[in-house]
Amino acid sequence: MATTTVPPPIHDLLARITGDEKHDPSAHSTLDVVWVLYDQVLDIAPDRLDDPTRDRFLLSKGHGPASTYAVLAAKGFIPVSWLDDVASWESRLGHHPDRTLVPGVEIGSGSLGHGLPLAVGLALGLRAQRNPARVVALVGDGELDEGSNAEAIAVAGRLRLGGLTCVVLDNHSDKFGWPGGIAARFALEEWETADVDGRDHAALRTALRHIDPGRPTAIVARTTDEFLAPGRSENQQGMDTRTKDSAA
Amino acid sequence: MTTRTPMRERFYSELGPLLDSDPRVAVVLAVIGSSGLTDVSARHPDRVIDVGIREQTMVGVAGGLALAGLRPIVHTYAPFLVERGYEQLKLDLGHQDVGALLVSTGASYDASTAGRTHQAPADVALISALPGWTVHVPGHAEELARMVRRESATDQRVYVRMSSAQNARPHPVDGRLHVVRGGRHTLPLVVVVGPLLDTVLEATHDLAVRVAYTSTPHPLDAHGLRTLAGPTPVVAMVEPYLEGTSAAAVAAALVDRPSRVLHVGVPRDSELRRYGSPKDHAAAHGLDAPGIRAQIKELVG
Repeated sequence: MATTTVPPPIHDLLARITGDEKHDPSAHSTLDVVWVLYDQVLDIAPDRLDDPTRDRFLLSKGHGPASTYAVLAAKGFIPVSWLDDVASWESRLGHHPDRTLVPGVEIGSGSLGHGLPLAVGLALGLRAQRNPARVVALVGDGELDEGSNAEAIAVAGRLRLGGLTCVVLDNHSDKFGWPGGIAARFALEEWETADVDGRDHAALRTALRHIDPGRPTAIVARTTDEFLAPGRSENQQGMDTRTKDSAA
Repeated sequence: MTTRTPMRERFYSELGPLLDSDPRVAVVLAVIGSSGLTDVSARHPDRVIDVGIREQTMVGVAGGLALAGLRPIVHTYAPFLVERGYEQLKLDLGHQDVGALLVSTGASYDASTAGRTHQAPADVALISALPGWTVHVPGHAEELARMVRRESATDQRVYVRMSSAQNARPHPVDGRLHVVRGGRHTLPLVVVVGPLLDTVLEATHDLAVRVAYTSTPHPLDAHGLRTLAGPTPVVAMVEPYLEGTSAAAVAAALVDRPSRVLHVGVPRDSELRRYGSPKDHAAAHGLDAPGIRAQIKELVG
Protein backbone atom coordinates (compact mmCIF):
# COMPACT_ATOMS: atom_id res chain seq x y z
CA MET A 1 0.00 0.00 0.00
CA ALA A 2 1.26 3.45 -0.85
CA THR A 3 2.66 5.39 2.05
CA THR A 4 1.78 8.88 3.13
CA THR A 5 4.74 9.19 5.45
CA VAL A 6 8.01 7.35 5.77
CA PRO A 7 7.28 4.32 7.98
CA PRO A 8 8.74 4.47 11.52
CA PRO A 9 11.06 1.49 10.94
CA ILE A 10 12.88 3.48 8.27
CA HIS A 11 13.40 6.29 10.74
CA ASP A 12 14.74 3.71 13.16
CA LEU A 13 17.25 2.57 10.52
CA LEU A 14 18.22 6.15 9.88
CA ALA A 15 18.72 6.68 13.60
CA ARG A 16 21.18 3.77 13.61
CA ILE A 17 23.33 5.81 11.21
CA THR A 18 22.89 9.21 12.78
CA GLY A 19 22.50 8.38 16.44
CA ASP A 20 19.61 10.82 16.34
CA GLU A 21 17.21 9.49 18.96
CA LYS A 22 14.66 12.21 18.38
CA HIS A 23 13.77 10.83 14.97
CA ASP A 24 13.48 14.38 13.77
CA PRO A 25 12.08 13.93 10.27
CA SER A 26 12.98 17.46 9.26
CA ALA A 27 16.64 16.63 9.56
CA HIS A 28 16.58 14.34 6.54
CA SER A 29 15.23 16.21 3.60
CA THR A 30 16.02 13.49 1.10
CA LEU A 31 14.28 10.66 2.91
CA ASP A 32 10.76 11.14 1.54
CA VAL A 33 11.88 11.31 -2.09
CA VAL A 34 14.22 8.34 -1.80
CA TRP A 35 11.64 6.26 0.04
CA VAL A 36 8.88 6.94 -2.51
CA LEU A 37 11.29 6.14 -5.34
CA TYR A 38 12.36 2.79 -3.95
CA ASP A 39 9.00 1.85 -2.45
CA GLN A 40 6.64 2.92 -5.19
CA VAL A 41 8.35 4.01 -8.38
CA LEU A 42 11.61 2.38 -9.42
CA ASP A 43 11.75 -1.07 -11.03
CA ILE A 44 14.73 -2.34 -9.05
CA ALA A 45 15.34 -5.09 -6.53
CA PRO A 46 18.31 -6.54 -4.64
CA ASP A 47 18.28 -9.69 -6.77
CA ARG A 48 18.54 -7.66 -9.99
CA LEU A 49 21.57 -5.50 -9.28
CA ASP A 50 23.17 -6.35 -12.62
CA ASP A 51 19.98 -6.58 -14.66
CA PRO A 52 20.50 -4.20 -17.60
CA THR A 53 16.80 -3.34 -17.62
CA ARG A 54 16.69 -2.18 -14.00
CA ASP A 55 15.83 1.43 -13.31
CA ARG A 56 18.75 3.54 -12.09
CA PHE A 57 18.74 5.98 -9.19
CA LEU A 58 21.72 8.32 -9.15
CA LEU A 59 22.27 10.18 -5.90
CA SER A 60 24.16 13.19 -7.19
CA LYS A 61 23.73 15.05 -3.93
CA GLY A 62 26.08 12.47 -2.49
CA HIS A 63 26.93 14.23 0.75
CA GLY A 64 23.65 13.25 2.39
CA PRO A 65 23.58 9.50 1.80
CA ALA A 66 22.16 8.48 5.19
CA SER A 67 18.60 8.42 3.87
CA THR A 68 19.65 6.36 0.88
CA TYR A 69 21.58 3.90 3.05
CA ALA A 70 18.55 3.50 5.33
CA VAL A 71 16.24 2.83 2.39
CA LEU A 72 18.71 0.42 0.77
CA ALA A 73 18.87 -1.48 4.07
CA ALA A 74 15.10 -1.49 4.44
CA LYS A 75 14.71 -2.87 0.93
CA GLY A 76 17.33 -5.57 1.39
CA PHE A 77 20.13 -4.19 -0.79
CA ILE A 78 22.58 -3.99 2.12
CA PRO A 79 22.67 -5.61 5.56
CA VAL A 80 21.07 -3.53 8.28
CA SER A 81 24.16 -4.05 10.42
CA TRP A 82 26.15 -1.91 7.98
CA LEU A 83 24.30 1.14 9.32
CA ASP A 84 25.94 0.96 12.74
CA ASP A 85 29.48 2.03 11.88
CA VAL A 86 29.18 4.33 8.88
CA ALA A 87 32.50 5.85 7.79
CA SER A 88 34.59 3.62 10.00
CA TRP A 89 37.67 1.88 8.61
CA GLU A 90 35.79 -1.38 8.28
CA SER A 91 32.64 0.16 6.78
CA ARG A 92 31.61 0.06 3.14
CA LEU A 93 29.37 3.05 3.78
CA GLY A 94 31.05 6.45 3.84
CA HIS A 95 29.92 10.01 4.19
CA HIS A 96 29.90 9.98 0.43
CA PRO A 97 28.84 6.74 -1.29
CA ASP A 98 31.13 4.65 -3.49
CA ARG A 99 29.40 2.55 -6.15
CA THR A 100 32.12 -0.07 -6.05
CA LEU A 101 31.54 -0.68 -2.35
CA VAL A 102 27.76 -0.56 -1.93
CA PRO A 103 25.32 -2.90 -3.70
CA GLY A 104 22.57 -0.85 -5.28
CA VAL A 105 24.51 2.41 -5.39
CA GLU A 106 24.77 3.33 -9.07
CA ILE A 107 27.34 6.15 -8.84
CA GLY A 108 29.99 7.32 -6.45
CA SER A 109 29.24 10.93 -5.63
CA GLY A 110 30.19 13.71 -3.26
CA SER A 111 31.74 16.44 -5.33
CA LEU A 112 28.74 18.34 -6.64
CA GLY A 113 27.62 18.60 -10.23
CA HIS A 114 28.62 15.16 -11.47
CA GLY A 115 25.42 13.13 -11.16
CA LEU A 116 23.30 14.85 -13.77
CA PRO A 117 25.90 14.70 -16.59
CA LEU A 118 26.47 11.04 -15.73
CA ALA A 119 22.71 10.48 -15.78
CA VAL A 120 22.48 12.12 -19.20
CA GLY A 121 25.16 9.79 -20.54
CA LEU A 122 23.55 6.77 -18.92
CA ALA A 123 20.15 7.64 -20.40
CA LEU A 124 21.74 8.22 -23.82
CA GLY A 125 23.48 4.85 -23.57
CA LEU A 126 20.27 3.06 -22.64
CA ARG A 127 18.40 4.79 -25.44
CA ALA A 128 21.07 3.76 -27.95
CA GLN A 129 20.47 0.16 -26.89
CA ARG A 130 16.67 0.49 -27.01
CA ASN A 131 16.64 -0.21 -23.27
CA PRO A 132 13.50 1.25 -21.66
CA ALA A 133 14.98 1.52 -18.15
CA ARG A 134 14.51 4.85 -16.41
CA VAL A 135 17.27 7.04 -15.02
CA VAL A 136 16.42 9.22 -12.02
CA ALA A 137 19.01 11.68 -10.70
CA LEU A 138 18.59 13.49 -7.38
CA VAL A 139 20.30 16.85 -7.10
CA GLY A 140 20.11 19.64 -4.56
CA ASP A 141 19.10 23.20 -5.35
CA GLY A 142 22.48 24.41 -4.09
CA GLU A 143 24.17 21.85 -6.28
CA LEU A 144 22.60 23.51 -9.32
CA ASP A 145 25.10 26.33 -8.76
CA GLU A 146 27.68 24.06 -10.40
CA GLY A 147 27.96 24.95 -14.09
CA SER A 148 28.16 21.34 -15.19
CA ASN A 149 24.44 21.08 -14.41
CA ALA A 150 23.65 23.95 -16.76
CA GLU A 151 25.53 22.05 -19.48
CA ALA A 152 23.68 18.83 -18.76
CA ILE A 153 20.23 20.46 -18.55
CA ALA A 154 20.70 21.98 -22.00
CA VAL A 155 22.02 18.76 -23.55
CA ALA A 156 19.27 16.56 -22.12
CA GLY A 157 16.56 18.98 -23.22
CA ARG A 158 17.84 19.45 -26.73
CA LEU A 159 18.45 15.73 -27.24
CA ARG A 160 14.89 15.09 -26.03
CA LEU A 161 16.01 12.55 -23.50
CA GLY A 162 12.72 10.99 -22.43
CA GLY A 163 14.25 8.34 -20.21
CA LEU A 164 15.67 10.88 -17.78
CA THR A 165 14.13 12.35 -14.63
CA CYS A 166 15.91 14.93 -12.50
CA VAL A 167 14.58 15.50 -8.99
CA VAL A 168 15.73 18.80 -7.52
CA LEU A 169 15.44 18.79 -3.77
CA ASP A 170 14.81 22.42 -2.96
CA ASN A 171 15.78 23.32 0.57
CA HIS A 172 16.76 26.89 -0.29
CA SER A 173 20.46 26.30 0.07
CA ASP A 174 21.57 27.80 -3.22
CA LYS A 175 23.68 30.91 -2.92
CA PHE A 176 21.72 33.44 -4.93
CA GLY A 177 18.36 31.82 -5.60
CA TRP A 178 16.90 31.15 -9.03
CA PRO A 179 14.80 34.06 -10.32
CA GLY A 180 11.63 32.69 -11.82
CA GLY A 181 11.99 29.46 -9.91
CA ILE A 182 14.07 26.35 -10.43
CA ALA A 183 11.49 24.63 -12.64
CA ALA A 184 11.63 27.53 -15.09
CA ARG A 185 15.31 26.81 -15.72
CA PHE A 186 14.44 23.34 -16.92
CA ALA A 187 11.29 24.40 -18.77
CA LEU A 188 13.30 26.91 -20.77
CA GLU A 189 15.43 23.98 -21.98
CA GLU A 190 12.29 22.11 -23.02
CA TRP A 191 12.02 19.76 -20.07
CA GLU A 192 8.69 18.63 -18.69
CA THR A 193 8.49 20.09 -15.18
CA ALA A 194 6.56 19.60 -11.98
CA ASP A 195 6.73 21.47 -8.70
CA VAL A 196 5.62 19.43 -5.70
CA ASP A 197 5.67 19.36 -1.92
CA GLY A 198 8.67 17.20 -1.13
CA ARG A 199 6.89 15.70 1.89
CA ASP A 200 3.69 14.77 0.06
CA HIS A 201 4.06 11.12 -0.94
CA ALA A 202 1.03 11.07 -3.21
CA ALA A 203 2.24 14.13 -5.07
CA LEU A 204 5.77 12.75 -5.29
CA ARG A 205 4.51 9.39 -6.51
CA THR A 206 2.34 10.95 -9.22
CA ALA A 207 5.13 13.22 -10.39
CA LEU A 208 7.80 10.51 -10.32
CA ARG A 209 5.65 8.02 -12.21
CA HIS A 210 4.93 10.46 -15.00
CA ILE A 211 7.11 10.01 -18.06
CA ASP A 212 7.05 12.00 -21.26
CA PRO A 213 8.80 9.81 -23.83
CA GLY A 214 9.74 12.83 -25.90
CA ARG A 215 11.56 14.90 -23.30
CA PRO A 216 13.19 14.72 -19.89
CA THR A 217 11.32 15.50 -16.71
CA ALA A 218 12.37 17.76 -13.85
CA ILE A 219 10.61 17.53 -10.51
CA VAL A 220 11.27 20.28 -8.01
CA ALA A 221 10.55 18.79 -4.59
CA ARG A 222 10.21 21.59 -2.07
CA THR A 223 10.97 20.78 1.53
CA THR A 224 9.24 22.80 4.19
CA ASP A 225 12.46 23.33 6.09
CA GLU A 226 14.21 26.57 6.17
CA PHE A 227 17.86 26.14 5.34
CA LEU A 228 19.38 23.91 8.00
CA ALA A 229 22.58 25.50 9.15
CA PRO A 230 25.67 23.42 9.90
CA GLY A 231 25.50 22.39 13.51
CA ARG A 232 21.88 21.43 13.31
CA SER A 233 20.98 18.88 10.71
CA GLU A 234 24.02 17.66 8.89
CA ASN A 235 26.09 17.54 12.05
CA GLN A 236 23.47 15.34 13.61
CA GLN A 237 23.79 13.04 10.67
CA GLY A 238 27.48 12.85 11.28
CA MET A 239 28.01 14.10 7.76
CA ASP A 240 30.63 16.38 6.38
CA THR A 241 30.17 19.82 7.83
CA ARG A 242 31.93 21.91 5.24
CA THR A 243 29.66 24.74 4.21
CA LYS A 244 29.43 23.66 0.59
CA ASP A 245 28.62 20.09 1.44
CA SER A 246 26.25 20.70 4.28
CA ALA A 247 24.22 23.19 2.33
CA ALA A 248 23.79 21.88 -1.16
CA MET B 1 44.76 25.32 -36.29
CA THR B 2 41.92 23.90 -38.34
CA THR B 3 44.29 22.05 -40.67
CA ARG B 4 43.53 18.37 -40.76
CA THR B 5 46.77 16.57 -40.01
CA PRO B 6 47.45 13.00 -41.17
CA MET B 7 46.69 11.56 -37.72
CA ARG B 8 43.52 13.55 -37.35
CA GLU B 9 42.28 12.60 -40.81
CA ARG B 10 43.04 8.99 -40.08
CA PHE B 11 41.26 9.11 -36.72
CA TYR B 12 38.05 10.46 -38.25
CA SER B 13 38.18 7.90 -41.04
CA GLU B 14 38.49 5.07 -38.52
CA LEU B 15 35.35 6.04 -36.59
CA GLY B 16 32.78 5.11 -39.22
CA PRO B 17 33.93 1.50 -39.59
CA LEU B 18 34.24 1.17 -35.80
CA LEU B 19 30.68 2.38 -35.26
CA ASP B 20 29.45 0.16 -38.09
CA SER B 21 31.08 -2.99 -36.76
CA ASP B 22 30.88 -2.61 -32.97
CA PRO B 23 27.50 -1.71 -31.41
CA ARG B 24 29.26 -0.80 -28.14
CA VAL B 25 31.22 2.08 -29.64
CA ALA B 26 29.90 5.60 -29.10
CA VAL B 27 31.63 8.84 -30.06
CA VAL B 28 31.33 11.88 -27.79
CA LEU B 29 32.30 15.28 -29.12
CA ALA B 30 32.21 18.92 -28.10
CA VAL B 31 31.83 20.36 -31.59
CA ILE B 32 35.50 19.83 -32.55
CA GLY B 33 35.57 17.11 -35.20
CA SER B 34 31.82 17.01 -35.63
CA SER B 35 31.72 18.55 -39.08
CA GLY B 36 33.80 15.73 -40.53
CA LEU B 37 31.47 13.07 -39.18
CA THR B 38 28.18 14.14 -40.72
CA ASP B 39 27.68 10.94 -42.69
CA VAL B 40 28.69 8.72 -39.79
CA SER B 41 26.40 10.64 -37.48
CA ALA B 42 23.50 10.17 -39.89
CA ARG B 43 24.07 6.40 -39.82
CA HIS B 44 24.41 6.26 -36.04
CA PRO B 45 22.50 9.21 -34.57
CA ASP B 46 22.29 7.61 -31.12
CA ARG B 47 26.00 6.83 -30.91
CA VAL B 48 27.57 10.00 -32.28
CA ILE B 49 26.86 12.54 -29.58
CA ASP B 50 27.93 16.16 -29.96
CA VAL B 51 27.12 17.95 -26.71
CA GLY B 52 28.11 21.38 -27.99
CA ILE B 53 30.87 23.37 -26.36
CA ARG B 54 30.40 21.66 -23.00
CA GLU B 55 33.50 19.72 -22.06
CA GLN B 56 32.55 18.92 -18.47
CA THR B 57 29.38 17.26 -19.65
CA MET B 58 31.23 15.65 -22.54
CA VAL B 59 33.26 13.62 -20.05
CA GLY B 60 30.30 13.08 -17.71
CA VAL B 61 28.25 11.77 -20.63
CA ALA B 62 31.12 9.43 -21.51
CA GLY B 63 31.06 8.08 -17.94
CA GLY B 64 27.32 7.52 -18.18
CA LEU B 65 27.63 5.77 -21.54
CA ALA B 66 30.23 3.46 -20.01
CA LEU B 67 27.89 2.75 -17.09
CA ALA B 68 25.31 1.74 -19.71
CA GLY B 69 27.79 -0.76 -21.15
CA LEU B 70 28.96 1.24 -24.15
CA ARG B 71 32.53 2.10 -25.16
CA PRO B 72 32.83 5.89 -25.38
CA ILE B 73 35.46 7.46 -27.63
CA VAL B 74 35.88 11.08 -26.54
CA HIS B 75 37.63 13.62 -28.71
CA THR B 76 38.54 17.27 -28.70
CA TYR B 77 41.54 19.57 -28.33
CA ALA B 78 43.97 18.41 -25.65
CA PRO B 79 43.52 21.34 -23.22
CA PHE B 80 39.72 21.07 -23.37
CA LEU B 81 39.75 17.30 -23.10
CA VAL B 82 42.24 16.94 -20.24
CA GLU B 83 42.37 20.23 -18.36
CA ARG B 84 38.89 21.71 -18.69
CA GLY B 85 37.16 18.77 -17.08
CA TYR B 86 39.98 17.17 -15.11
CA GLU B 87 37.77 16.40 -12.12
CA GLN B 88 35.35 14.71 -14.51
CA LEU B 89 38.16 12.43 -15.68
CA LYS B 90 39.00 11.63 -12.08
CA LEU B 91 35.44 11.08 -10.86
CA ASP B 92 33.13 10.35 -13.80
CA LEU B 93 35.52 7.75 -15.19
CA GLY B 94 38.09 6.70 -12.59
CA HIS B 95 36.03 6.86 -9.42
CA GLN B 96 33.07 5.16 -11.14
CA ASP B 97 35.53 2.44 -12.18
CA VAL B 98 34.57 2.72 -15.84
CA GLY B 99 36.65 3.32 -18.92
CA ALA B 100 36.77 5.50 -21.98
CA LEU B 101 39.06 6.06 -24.93
CA LEU B 102 40.13 9.69 -25.03
CA VAL B 103 41.72 10.89 -28.24
CA SER B 104 43.12 14.40 -28.23
CA THR B 105 44.33 16.59 -31.03
CA GLY B 106 46.65 19.57 -30.71
CA ALA B 107 49.70 18.15 -28.93
CA SER B 108 51.93 20.51 -26.90
CA TYR B 109 52.65 23.39 -29.31
CA ASP B 110 51.00 22.00 -32.46
CA ALA B 111 48.58 24.91 -32.17
CA SER B 112 51.46 27.39 -32.09
CA THR B 113 49.54 30.16 -33.80
CA ALA B 114 46.58 29.74 -31.44
CA GLY B 115 48.56 30.54 -28.31
CA ARG B 116 48.60 29.16 -24.81
CA THR B 117 44.83 28.62 -24.59
CA HIS B 118 45.10 25.80 -27.11
CA GLN B 119 48.23 24.16 -25.71
CA ALA B 120 48.45 21.53 -22.98
CA PRO B 121 51.97 20.13 -22.71
CA ALA B 122 51.13 18.84 -19.22
CA ASP B 123 48.40 16.51 -20.49
CA VAL B 124 50.37 13.27 -20.18
CA ALA B 125 51.57 14.21 -16.69
CA LEU B 126 48.02 15.01 -15.60
CA ILE B 127 46.51 11.83 -17.02
CA SER B 128 49.25 9.63 -15.61
CA ALA B 129 48.68 11.16 -12.17
CA LEU B 130 45.29 9.41 -12.12
CA PRO B 131 45.04 5.68 -11.37
CA GLY B 132 44.41 3.09 -14.03
CA TRP B 133 45.17 5.02 -17.19
CA THR B 134 47.23 4.01 -20.22
CA VAL B 135 48.76 6.76 -22.36
CA HIS B 136 49.63 6.19 -26.00
CA VAL B 137 51.58 8.78 -28.00
CA PRO B 138 51.54 7.58 -31.60
CA GLY B 139 54.40 8.64 -33.83
CA HIS B 140 52.56 7.93 -37.07
CA ALA B 141 48.98 7.88 -38.37
CA GLU B 142 49.23 4.13 -38.88
CA GLU B 143 50.21 3.66 -35.23
CA LEU B 144 47.26 5.84 -34.25
CA ALA B 145 44.87 3.72 -36.28
CA ARG B 146 46.12 0.49 -34.72
CA MET B 147 45.78 1.94 -31.23
CA VAL B 148 42.27 3.23 -31.77
CA ARG B 149 41.08 -0.06 -33.24
CA ARG B 150 42.61 -2.08 -30.43
CA GLU B 151 41.58 0.15 -27.55
CA SER B 152 38.03 0.65 -28.79
CA ALA B 153 37.47 -3.03 -28.06
CA THR B 154 38.55 -2.81 -24.39
CA ASP B 155 36.94 -1.28 -21.31
CA GLN B 156 40.11 0.44 -20.11
CA ARG B 157 40.86 4.07 -19.43
CA VAL B 158 43.07 5.09 -22.34
CA TYR B 159 44.43 8.43 -23.52
CA VAL B 160 45.70 8.66 -27.09
CA ARG B 161 47.58 11.84 -27.90
CA MET B 162 47.57 12.74 -31.58
CA SER B 163 50.03 15.24 -33.02
CA SER B 164 50.51 17.13 -36.25
CA ALA B 165 54.12 15.89 -36.12
CA GLN B 166 54.90 12.36 -37.18
CA ASN B 167 57.78 10.10 -38.15
CA ALA B 168 58.48 8.87 -41.68
CA ARG B 169 57.31 5.37 -40.92
CA PRO B 170 55.31 3.54 -38.25
CA HIS B 171 56.79 1.42 -35.48
CA PRO B 172 55.29 -1.31 -33.30
CA VAL B 173 52.57 -0.25 -30.87
CA ASP B 174 52.80 -3.12 -28.41
CA GLY B 175 53.64 -0.93 -25.42
CA ARG B 176 57.28 -1.99 -25.29
CA LEU B 177 60.59 -0.24 -25.92
CA HIS B 178 62.00 -1.02 -29.36
CA VAL B 179 65.63 -0.54 -30.28
CA VAL B 180 65.83 1.63 -33.38
CA ARG B 181 69.59 2.13 -33.34
CA GLY B 182 71.56 -0.48 -31.44
CA GLY B 183 75.12 -0.74 -30.28
CA ARG B 184 77.23 -1.93 -27.38
CA HIS B 185 75.13 -2.30 -24.26
CA THR B 186 77.43 0.11 -22.42
CA LEU B 187 76.55 2.98 -24.76
CA PRO B 188 74.22 5.66 -23.42
CA LEU B 189 70.57 4.99 -24.19
CA VAL B 190 68.20 7.57 -25.64
CA VAL B 191 64.55 6.66 -25.14
CA VAL B 192 62.23 8.68 -27.36
CA VAL B 193 58.46 8.85 -27.28
CA GLY B 194 56.22 9.15 -30.32
CA PRO B 195 56.64 11.78 -33.02
CA LEU B 196 60.07 13.00 -31.87
CA LEU B 197 61.80 9.81 -33.07
CA ASP B 198 62.99 11.06 -36.44
CA THR B 199 64.19 14.31 -34.88
CA VAL B 200 66.18 12.37 -32.28
CA LEU B 201 67.68 10.08 -34.94
CA GLU B 202 68.81 13.16 -36.86
CA ALA B 203 70.12 14.82 -33.71
CA THR B 204 72.20 11.81 -32.68
CA HIS B 205 73.20 10.35 -36.06
CA ASP B 206 76.93 10.66 -35.34
CA LEU B 207 76.83 10.31 -31.56
CA ALA B 208 77.81 7.11 -29.76
CA VAL B 209 74.37 6.41 -28.32
CA ARG B 210 71.70 3.81 -28.73
CA VAL B 211 68.10 4.89 -29.50
CA ALA B 212 64.95 3.10 -28.37
CA TYR B 213 61.38 4.02 -29.25
CA THR B 214 58.06 3.68 -27.50
CA SER B 215 54.58 4.94 -28.28
CA THR B 216 53.31 4.04 -24.80
CA PRO B 217 54.97 6.19 -22.14
CA HIS B 218 52.48 5.22 -19.44
CA PRO B 219 52.81 2.68 -18.10
CA LEU B 220 56.41 2.77 -19.22
CA ASP B 221 57.99 -0.52 -20.28
CA ALA B 222 60.09 -0.83 -17.11
CA HIS B 223 61.29 -4.34 -17.95
CA GLY B 224 62.47 -3.24 -21.36
CA LEU B 225 64.21 -0.20 -19.92
CA ARG B 226 65.99 -2.27 -17.26
CA THR B 227 67.11 -4.80 -19.84
CA LEU B 228 68.46 -2.19 -22.24
CA ALA B 229 69.92 0.08 -19.60
CA GLY B 230 72.63 -2.23 -18.24
CA PRO B 231 74.29 -2.03 -14.83
CA THR B 232 75.40 1.64 -14.84
CA PRO B 233 73.09 3.35 -17.28
CA VAL B 234 73.31 6.80 -18.81
CA VAL B 235 69.84 7.54 -20.16
CA ALA B 236 68.17 10.43 -21.98
CA MET B 237 64.37 10.33 -21.88
CA VAL B 238 63.04 12.48 -24.71
CA GLU B 239 59.33 13.28 -24.60
CA PRO B 240 57.35 15.69 -26.80
CA TYR B 241 55.43 17.04 -23.79
CA LEU B 242 56.26 18.33 -20.32
CA GLU B 243 59.87 17.57 -19.40
CA GLY B 244 60.26 14.96 -16.69
CA THR B 245 56.78 13.52 -17.16
CA SER B 246 58.24 10.00 -17.00
CA ALA B 247 60.86 10.81 -14.37
CA ALA B 248 59.19 8.81 -11.60
CA ALA B 249 58.73 5.77 -13.84
CA VAL B 250 62.33 5.86 -15.04
CA ALA B 251 63.64 6.31 -11.50
CA ALA B 252 61.55 3.40 -10.26
CA ALA B 253 62.80 1.15 -13.07
CA LEU B 254 66.44 1.96 -12.33
CA VAL B 255 66.26 2.15 -8.54
CA ASP B 256 68.58 -0.83 -8.09
CA ARG B 257 71.56 0.63 -9.99
CA PRO B 258 73.57 3.83 -10.17
CA SER B 259 72.33 5.89 -13.10
CA ARG B 260 72.46 9.29 -14.72
CA VAL B 261 69.23 10.33 -16.42
CA LEU B 262 68.44 13.41 -18.51
CA HIS B 263 64.83 14.36 -19.12
CA VAL B 264 64.17 16.31 -22.30
CA GLY B 265 60.77 17.81 -23.03
CA VAL B 266 58.73 21.00 -23.04
CA PRO B 267 60.17 23.16 -20.23
CA ARG B 268 57.86 23.45 -17.26
CA ASP B 269 59.06 26.67 -15.68
CA SER B 270 57.80 29.30 -18.10
CA GLU B 271 55.06 30.08 -20.59
CA LEU B 272 56.28 30.80 -24.11
CA ARG B 273 54.28 33.88 -25.10
CA ARG B 274 55.04 33.69 -28.82
CA TYR B 275 53.09 32.52 -31.87
CA GLY B 276 54.86 31.36 -35.04
CA SER B 277 55.14 27.77 -36.24
CA PRO B 278 55.50 24.51 -34.32
CA LYS B 279 59.04 24.50 -35.68
CA ASP B 280 59.68 27.85 -34.00
CA HIS B 281 58.36 26.49 -30.72
CA ALA B 282 60.43 23.32 -30.99
CA ALA B 283 63.54 25.44 -31.43
CA ALA B 284 62.61 27.72 -28.53
CA HIS B 285 62.10 24.68 -26.27
CA GLY B 286 65.28 22.93 -27.37
CA LEU B 287 63.22 20.21 -29.00
CA ASP B 288 64.47 20.59 -32.57
CA ALA B 289 67.42 18.46 -33.73
CA PRO B 290 70.12 20.96 -32.72
CA GLY B 291 68.53 21.53 -29.32
CA ILE B 292 68.16 17.84 -28.55
CA ARG B 293 71.67 17.18 -29.82
CA ALA B 294 73.12 19.82 -27.53
CA GLN B 295 71.36 18.41 -24.47
CA ILE B 296 72.38 14.83 -25.22
CA LYS B 297 75.98 15.80 -25.95
CA GLU B 298 76.14 17.47 -22.57
CA LEU B 299 74.91 14.28 -20.95
CA VAL B 300 77.24 11.87 -22.73
CA GLY B 301 80.26 14.20 -22.74
